[in-house]
Amino acid sequence: MADEVVLLDFWPSMFGMRVRIALAEKGIEYEYKEEDLRNKSPLLLEMNPIHKKIPVLIHNGKPVCESLIIVQYIDEVWNDRSPLLPTDPYQRAHARFWADYVDKKVYEVSRKIWTTKGEEKEAGKKEFFEIFKTLEGELGDKPYFGGETFGFVDLSLIPFYSWFHAIETFGEFNMEAECPKIVAWAKRCLQIETVAKTLPDQKKVYEFVGQMRKRFGLE
Amino acid sequence: MADEVVLLDFWPSMFGMRVRIALAEKGIKYEYKDEDLRNKSPLLLEMNPIHKKIPVLIHNGKPVCESLIIVQYIDEVWKDRCPLLPIDPYQRAHSRFWADFVDKKVIEVLMKISTTKGEEKEAGKMEFFEIFKILEGELGDKPYFGGETFGFVDLSLIPYYSWFYAIETIGELNIEAECPKIVAWAKKCLQKETVAKTLPDQKKVYEYVEQMRKKFGNG
Repeated sequence: MADEVVLLDFWPSMFGMRVRIALAEKGIEYEYKEEDLRNKSPLLLEMNPIHKKIPVLIHNGKPVCESLIIVQYIDEVWNDRSPLLPTDPYQRAHARFWADYVDKKVYEVSRKIWTTKGEEKEAGKKEFFEIFKTLEGELGDKPYFGGETFGFVDLSLIPFYSWFHAIETFGEFNMEAECPKIVAWAKRCLQIETVAKTLPDQKKVYEFVGQMRKRFGLE
Repeated sequence: MADEVVLLDFWPSMFGMRVRIALAEKGIKYEYKDEDLRNKSPLLLEMNPIHKKIPVLIHNGKPVCESLIIVQYIDEVWKDRCPLLPIDPYQRAHSRFWADFVDKKVIEVLMKISTTKGEEKEAGKMEFFEIFKILEGELGDKPYFGGETFGFVDLSLIPYYSWFYAIETIGELNIEAECPKIVAWAKKCLQKETVAKTLPDQKKVYEYVEQMRKKFGNG
């Protein structure tokens, strides 16, 4: 029986991008459905009644929600190719810890930078640099967070790269100057076809964020 | 080689209790170290430099942090007995989703009820009941969230039961009246030796919470 895989998503969502990369890494064919988050589809509300958010993976009619949970599900179902998590339990716990760190920290602080002004924005920038310095420390001299190969932590973080141009422009700083190791790592990831094909253009994201800022009365 | 397992914890922590239950379920011998959170030990700061929080499991000298990550680690290492997560990937994703829901929602609303007054507190109480009504919906007619047996979601939620007396007293609410199914479920869980031996006495927790409130000027 052929698998039926549907992804409810929104093109600039870093969380959605994680799932798109995972599906691409595994070579899974799926139907992509773009959601209008100001007018959520009945399907989305039915498949994720609790959070009403994207991404939602619908596998043979059954929904899986929350991006990192979806990625682990994909890894466990299609376990015959391109492992996304390590096999060793300690390495798996380590990967989950850092993906969780990205989840807890990066989105909130990025949002702070493009949705605030003045002192709040400066505080956001300071926090942003601290978080990325911590991530650079974890990366160390490894080519990827996963070691020699692109893995779960890389996948959880790389989508934010598509937002860097927007964040550094509205934040008035230079990402490469502040966090050179992260930018070098990101460019390395972008040499991977699945990542390059998934991440939207940074200028498109910048325009999208600009529109959002207008709506929040920031422009 | 015998396993060396150490748990850095704090007796009223719901997050720590999850790990204690998991270790008990698997019959793992370990050394328990209670931390003074106002004076964190050098060991804690060394083992969890990122978040500086308990619980931390130290297995043969290597730290694992974040309670749900620790529980999954325990399940994967000691996989020959008492499975904590289901085997089927969809059921696993479902369990992870609900444990994540507990993580995202319950502690925050508890904090709101214990640390605010007036309208904010009333809003917190309403939110509390909404969240627990959703959990009752997920539980349905099953004896446990895990189905016929105590599982990952049950383990992630049951520690909060030791805080119910404190929440009811400080929040001026009656959980059993509003959420009878949850209380019935909790009492069923408490018939399990591992849970009964792990959860601290509700009155002890209440005294602890009252001390904290006095210190922060809420009591």
